[in-house]
Amino acid sequence: MIQLKGVKKSFGSQVVLDRVNLEIPSGQITAIIGPSGEGKSVLLKHMIGLLRPDQGEVFVDGEEISGLGRRAMNRVHEKFGMLFQNAALFDSLTVFENVAFPLQEKTRLSEGEIAQRVQDALLHVGLAGVDAKYPDQLSGGMKKRVGLARALLMDPRIILFDEPTTGLDPVICRAIHQMIKETHAKFGYTAVIVSHEIPEIFDISDRVAVLYQGRIIEAGPPQQIRSSADPMVRQFISGSLEGPIHLIR
Amino acid sequence: MINLVEKLGAWTIACLCELGRMLNFILYASYICVRSPGHPRHILKQISFIGARSSFVVILTAGFTGMVLALQGYYTLTKFGSEGMLGVAVSLSLIRELGPVLSALMVTGRAGSAISAEIGIMRITEQIDALETMALEPFKYLVCPKLIASVLAMPLLCAIFDVIGIGGGYLIGVKLLGVNPGAYFGEMEKSVVWKDIYSGMIKSVSFGVIIAWVCCYKGYYTGHGAEGVSRATTTAVVTSSVLILVWDYFITSVLQ
Repeated sequence: MIQLKGVKKSFGSQVVLDRVNLEIPSGQITAIIGPSGEGKSVLLKHMIGLLRPDQGEVFVDGEEISGLGRRAMNRVHEKFGMLFQNAALFDSLTVFENVAFPLQEKTRLSEGEIAQRVQDALLHVGLAGVDAKYPDQLSGGMKKRVGLARALLMDPRIILFDEPTTGLDPVICRAIHQMIKETHAKFGYTAVIVSHEIPEIFDISDRVAVLYQGRIIEAGPPQQIRSSADPMVRQFISGSLEGPIHLIR
Repeated sequence: MINLVEKLGAWTIACLCELGRMLNFILYASYICVRSPGHPRHILKQISFIGARSSFVVILTAGFTGMVLALQGYYTLTKFGSEGMLGVAVSLSLIRELGPVLSALMVTGRAGSAISAEIGIMRITEQIDALETMALEPFKYLVCPKLIASVLAMPLLCAIFDVIGIGGGYLIGVKLLGVNPGAYFGEMEKSVVWKDIYSGMIKSVSFGVIIAWVCCYKGYYTGHGAEGVSRATTTAVVTSSVLILVWDYFITSVLQ
């Protein structure tokens, strides 16, 4: 389980997270939604220790991680996989080398076993035959699927998805959501998804948290969020221009 | 007045923080180099990039530096009737001073900027974050191979610089200006001692550390976007070059 308690983070004078309290239950899919630029990715990076809070605490399986040193943090990272917003593939390596990289560096598997596992992982995300290509030869959707294959390969217990479908066409979008749902059912990992895909994200999530102005204003099962009385949540879900969310602040 | 003092104080604190971070960076990098220096394949790749691919520019610079030294040295030495000492003047200037410094400045311009840009781009495209989330140590892949390669390649480049520079000096001094070839090499053999060679090599090794340290550091902590990477690259080259010259003064005074 991941717990954030009173997490506060500022960049210069801009407060991005303002005493955020949130619990991510184990083995479930939790979606974090909210307007753009509200700090959803920042929140995700706190969960994995890539950013440290100015105030507050972050717990992963009961261990407070915000004060950990590099080596201890590496131990925490062993539990995680992460799909970055732009996939963060190593641009000087081929697709095969990208996916194989963590296996080559962290396991003692033979070349043949690694090749087999990489091919299986690429097949699993519907990407057979692209292993010799470089990331800049792939479309956005393909990059995300390679990123997903790489994230899944080490069988992590927690996977963080930072906007896995942003900028993709509806078919690819649905395919990626389906992939997340299937792999979650198969491997049973804890998933945290930052997304703008409404209403699709409600269909694959067990819980949804809404981040607005640096705070979690509501969290609960998708049905609860869908029928929320909060005017901000209602406006965000409906995509209406009328309401408390202003495009120009 | 208070405002000025405040600004000066803030600047001093910022400088000290930056120095502390840089020191921390090189100490941690050295620790990782000792503990897990990375795959030899990665180190060889960096030796090829920093060393072998810099050899052309180093050879070119060395040739012309030796030629200019011979030209200038000849006109100065003829005033004292000591043109026979030209070989000594050229070789000592190159081996003790110009070889290490100029080869380091050339490598900074050619490879240092590329190192900084490469790591900076990896930072802004979250590739370094990706390494961390895989529980892999970014220093092992990004910093240590470059640091080790730079330390190994710099003395070799310096040695090439010295030899080519002495050859360039020979070409101008002996072939063009008519200095006796026996005197050119004979006096050199008598005057250049082992200490001159190893002090030049020690300088080269320390310049290798400076180049990799500063350029990796600036790339690793780059600012946002393309502008941040461009600024990091420029700062890396300028800081490395200035540090090389400043450090050269101190190390020369110690090695005298």
